[in-house]
Amino acid sequence: MENDGFKGLEKSLKLSSKEIVDEVITSGLRGRGGAAFPTGIKWNTVLEAEAEQKYICCNADEGDSGTFSDRILMESDPFCLIEGMTIAGLAVGATMGYIYLRSEYPLCRSILRKAIAIANVNNYLGKDICGSGKYFDIEVRLGAGSYVCGEETAMLESLEGKRGMVRAKPPLPAHIGLFGKPTVINNVISLASVPIILDKGGDHYANYGIGRSRGTIAFQITGNIKRGGLVEKAFGVSLGTLVNDFGGGTWSGKELKAIQVGGPLGAYLSQDDLELLLDYEAFSEVGAVLGHGGIVIFDETANMKDQAKFAFEFCAIESCGKCTPCRIGSTRGTELIEKQDYELLKELCELMDTSSLCAMGGMTPIPVKSALNKWPGDFKD
Amino acid sequence: MSLITEKDYGTPEIKSEKLVNLVIDGKKVTVPEGTSVMRAARQIDTDIPSLCATDSIKEYGSCRLCLVEVDGVRGTPASCTTPVSDGMSVKTSSERLTRIRRGIMELYISDHPDEDSPLHDMARLVGLEENRYGTEGHNHLKTIIDDSNPYFSFDPAKCILCARCVRACEEVQGTFALTIDGRGFDSKIAAGTDQSFLSSDCVSCGACVQACPTDSLFEKRVAEIGQPERSVVTTCAYCGVGCGFKAETKGEEVVRMMPWKDGMANHGHSCVKGRFAWDYAIHNDRILSPMIRDKITDPWKKVGWDEAIKFSADRLMTVQKKYGRKSIGGITSSRCTNEEVFVVQKLIRAAFKNNNVDTCARVCHSPTGYGLRETLGTSAGTQTFDSVMDTDVMMVIGANPPDAHPVFASQMKKRLRDGAKLIVIDPRKTGLVKSPHIKADYHLPLQPGTNVAMINAIAHVVISEGLMDQDYIDERCDTDAFSDWRNFILDPINSPKEAEKHTGVAAEDICAAARLYATGGNSAIYYGLGVTEHSQGSTMVIGMANLAMATGNIGKVGVGVNPLRGQNNVQGSCDMGSFPNELPGYRPISDDSARAEFEKEWSVDLDPEPGLRIPNMFDAAVDGTYKAMYIQGEDVAQSDPNTHHVEAAMKALDCLIVQDLFLNETARFAHVFLPGTSFLEKNGTFTNAERRISRVRKVMEPITGMDEWEVTCRLGRAMGYDMSYSNASEIMDEIARLTPTFAGVSFDKLDERGSIQWPCNEAAPEGTPIMHIDSFVRGKGNFIVTEYVPTTERTNRKFPLILTTGRILSQYNVGAQTRRTKNNIWHDQDTLDIHPHDAENRGISDGDMVRIQSRMGETVLEAKLTENMQPGVVYTTFHMPESGANIITTDNSDWATACPEYKVTAVEVRSTNRKSKWQEEFGGFSEATRHISK
Repeated sequence: MENDGFKGLEKSLKLSSKEIVDEVITSGLRGRGGAAFPTGIKWNTVLEAEAEQKYICCNADEGDSGTFSDRILMESDPFCLIEGMTIAGLAVGATMGYIYLRSEYPLCRSILRKAIAIANVNNYLGKDICGSGKYFDIEVRLGAGSYVCGEETAMLESLEGKRGMVRAKPPLPAHIGLFGKPTVINNVISLASVPIILDKGGDHYANYGIGRSRGTIAFQITGNIKRGGLVEKAFGVSLGTLVNDFGGGTWSGKELKAIQVGGPLGAYLSQDDLELLLDYEAFSEVGAVLGHGGIVIFDETANMKDQAKFAFEFCAIESCGKCTPCRIGSTRGTELIEKQDYELLKELCELMDTSSLCAMGGMTPIPVKSALNKWPGDFKD
Repeated sequence: MSLITEKDYGTPEIKSEKLVNLVIDGKKVTVPEGTSVMRAARQIDTDIPSLCATDSIKEYGSCRLCLVEVDGVRGTPASCTTPVSDGMSVKTSSERLTRIRRGIMELYISDHPDEDSPLHDMARLVGLEENRYGTEGHNHLKTIIDDSNPYFSFDPAKCILCARCVRACEEVQGTFALTIDGRGFDSKIAAGTDQSFLSSDCVSCGACVQACPTDSLFEKRVAEIGQPERSVVTTCAYCGVGCGFKAETKGEEVVRMMPWKDGMANHGHSCVKGRFAWDYAIHNDRILSPMIRDKITDPWKKVGWDEAIKFSADRLMTVQKKYGRKSIGGITSSRCTNEEVFVVQKLIRAAFKNNNVDTCARVCHSPTGYGLRETLGTSAGTQTFDSVMDTDVMMVIGANPPDAHPVFASQMKKRLRDGAKLIVIDPRKTGLVKSPHIKADYHLPLQPGTNVAMINAIAHVVISEGLMDQDYIDERCDTDAFSDWRNFILDPINSPKEAEKHTGVAAEDICAAARLYATGGNSAIYYGLGVTEHSQGSTMVIGMANLAMATGNIGKVGVGVNPLRGQNNVQGSCDMGSFPNELPGYRPISDDSARAEFEKEWSVDLDPEPGLRIPNMFDAAVDGTYKAMYIQGEDVAQSDPNTHHVEAAMKALDCLIVQDLFLNETARFAHVFLPGTSFLEKNGTFTNAERRISRVRKVMEPITGMDEWEVTCRLGRAMGYDMSYSNASEIMDEIARLTPTFAGVSFDKLDERGSIQWPCNEAAPEGTPIMHIDSFVRGKGNFIVTEYVPTTERTNRKFPLILTTGRILSQYNVGAQTRRTKNNIWHDQDTLDIHPHDAENRGISDGDMVRIQSRMGETVLEAKLTENMQPGVVYTTFHMPESGANIITTDNSDWATACPEYKVTAVEVRSTNRKSKWQEEFGGFSEATRHISK
């Protein structure tokens, strides 16, 4: 309360659904899970969908290597997430929210459950939110250790109690989502950004950032780095600033070799890219992704052929097994790197990129291609 | 006919009134909104390659072969998962798409290098020339084949994880026995919790085998015999669903039965019996030659057809000479075609010159005929099976569709998964009460024998709470009759509180179910022998019709009163005049004008007096006034109640002629055995539970050398009555001439349309899917008072349990067919199902031998402890002759139709260590009376 908790919710209760959605659209908030889809637009789609029941799903299956911002937020400010989900519920007309939490976060689980109970007792959740007569409830559901269940449609399957398999889109979850009902699916940080947007206004939030990347993002710097940790900055800061100024260079003191941004399926960047500004569009232009804001540092001892192979191995283990390029392609990719057949490897990368069902298979070529392009020397024996 | 290959549109048909125009490869196409691009393309014969799509199941998007380019859309969307949109322009081939398709096939081939895999056809189709990955990488070639199912095998090495099998099991069959286990490259298809197919929940319906695009799931008979070359479309000879099948042959041999996509009752689905358990038809036990003997203790002597027919005719005429015209009769078969049944009843009426004809419907659905005729005007169900897809509330009474009508059960389950509500009224927790993704909203586990108390209480709630459809009643029903019935039903004796005392079901549950039925939208009643085989069977049928009329639930799609008829042609055998009081088309034999029509057509005088019903035939035989019988395709010695009495009747006959595939239980008492033909050897028609007349076509010539109807005709001629036809089609023409509801039916029309639901005549040339649409067949709907009269078969200290009976999926009725197939692997003996409490009180453990004793007799079975039973009620199936289930059933029967009360027998159950006396004698006698001299 001292830290302006639930102020966004209290303001939301005075607004119509459409007004809440508009505020979020104005803020320019984009999905922090990695896909960067405009949150307000997504909410609007669900708001306009006609259904007796709608759902809010919080994707807390934080599985990217080197990421922990969701965990830190849930452990230290669970009410912020609860508030954000409740506002989302008010915005689209949903009365039930689920937090899909990875099972590797047991502390989050107990904290969230306690926080939900406290919020219920204090009427910030439940049948009569802040005396408004409006209803919203939240339940925490645990994942079972699968990376692909962070993919939103696989997450829905898992939430429904089924095997975590990716669904084809369309239909979008905003139309046919959890249990076949219109569903908002947002990452923890996206939802946790909502209270301040409603409290201080969409314009206030949009004041931060550059280009189409508005507001702030929590970068997580890990790997071979002197001062690892979480840095929340407005978009537009350079990669070099984060790595060298905040991070203090490599932990080993050896020369920096590669920076993988955006999780295990993000591109490997090199020293040449340190000037790159952290902005969705700038990254996209060089074939990289910001993803969930994970930044992993490698020094000169890293072998990029091994890293490329790891991308395929990771995919082979974590693929849901539904589509052919991802299921068989990932195993063949590993074998091609072992055999050093890079011509066929490039074709395979194109195939996986163009024909995979979801981003898992579609993005696996990104780290592979970036490693192959930037460090061709590593691939010769 | 050559081999029929049905067109696969890739994704299911979408029904939408809104049409969408698009262009595919420059060609315009218009399809309903929501249709996939793949389906739209295939509709204009633009075949987009695919492996994971098939139109019986929803799109999935896994193989990624069907990717296309769409103007203005980034990337290459999958055509199976992309719905059409107005103005869309699609390209199904391009250099980029070719590259992708070859790339995908190259990945597949790298895991499945085996040249005989159907995958290589697809690889060739997309122009893949080599597999550059080689075959030395990781693969699935060393996996183990699952051979456990008797009919098909599963070879994971050929599997591409398209999940068509898993999805067919879920979406088409509704069993959810299959899943994908593991992740990524190690993903695999698993039955149950990674068990063998046989030990899993798999019901062997064959949907997965049919769906598999790579022969990973493969029918063993095809592996043995080879790919079929020719198809004959015909109709299944098991239950009353009447599934259409393509019998596929190679040379003279039947290879397999493939469910027919255009079959209106099954839409390409099947169950384990129709799909796989048909080879009883070519079993070694088939008797192929006519046989005669002087006494039943003599061995059988094989003779030619002429001798057998002369012997039969002489004996019948001798008996008639000695004991009178009415001393002989016959029983028609619900397993035979309409044409065969028609000629048997004609033989009896015209050549035997009496009306001693009855059929096995007597012991199953005769109350249906009576009850629905008296209230609505027609002795048949009101709906098509497809009507259930528009039903909001299903009330299933005394029926167990997942076991007894499996293909229709799959359709019901589909609708239930889509949100329809379900009320189950059954003493047992049947397969519908709770199964994957289905849970009955109300299960009312009533005491056997208290149906009428239950239906009256439901109606009481509807009327007393004003939930009836008064406008419908005023407009469509006899209001005086309604008023009388209303007064009766409002009597407190019919209140849920009173019903609770009889049925054991809480009044509040009865009220809740009644409210749901009356107010839940389109409500449909489906029922089986749990309704009819009671002393008040007809009363209950009337009670259900009353309820449906009172709530306006008759005369449109989605509603109705629907008997789930047990046998393939039990509807037809009733329609064909198999009853002693009714000519074909249910016209009373006592009706002068009806009789006159037949007399003119048949050039004979007909007896206006109704003849004997089956139980009366047995009584008269025991009394010595009824001395000869011709029984076609029915095994009364096993199927009819009170076996001791039936056997005594059989032994008292001077001449018993049995026409059947096998030396059945009844044949033990026969003097003449005329070999019958299986459905694979017949031309004719079957009529299913929805009044659908479907063609049965000859897949092979009769192994016996003679059509079954021809045998009947020859017997008639030998007795001096001239009846002859040159083919089955001519018999149908005669049926059409004499039966108003069949007036528009002919083989030509059936061949043209696939099937027709009667009435089919001038007023309804296309047939009648839904009956009683604007008015009831009888005019005004008739409400009849249904007073609950408890059965006289009651429990007491000596017989404290109620025994009820039923069927199981893998076996069929008396088991004559299924016992001669590999289906025995699922059920090789009948058991006594008993609640653990009742078992514990008697010191009975699972698997113990128990003696079941009733007032009529006793038999011994193995006990099976299950909480699907309620305490106080025990249950058995009756598929095995040595089980002797009917040794213990009683003589009680329906007051109106004499349908036996199989479903209620008071018994006591005790542990034992030896078979019953009857069972011990059965073995020896059975052997002796079946001896055939060489």
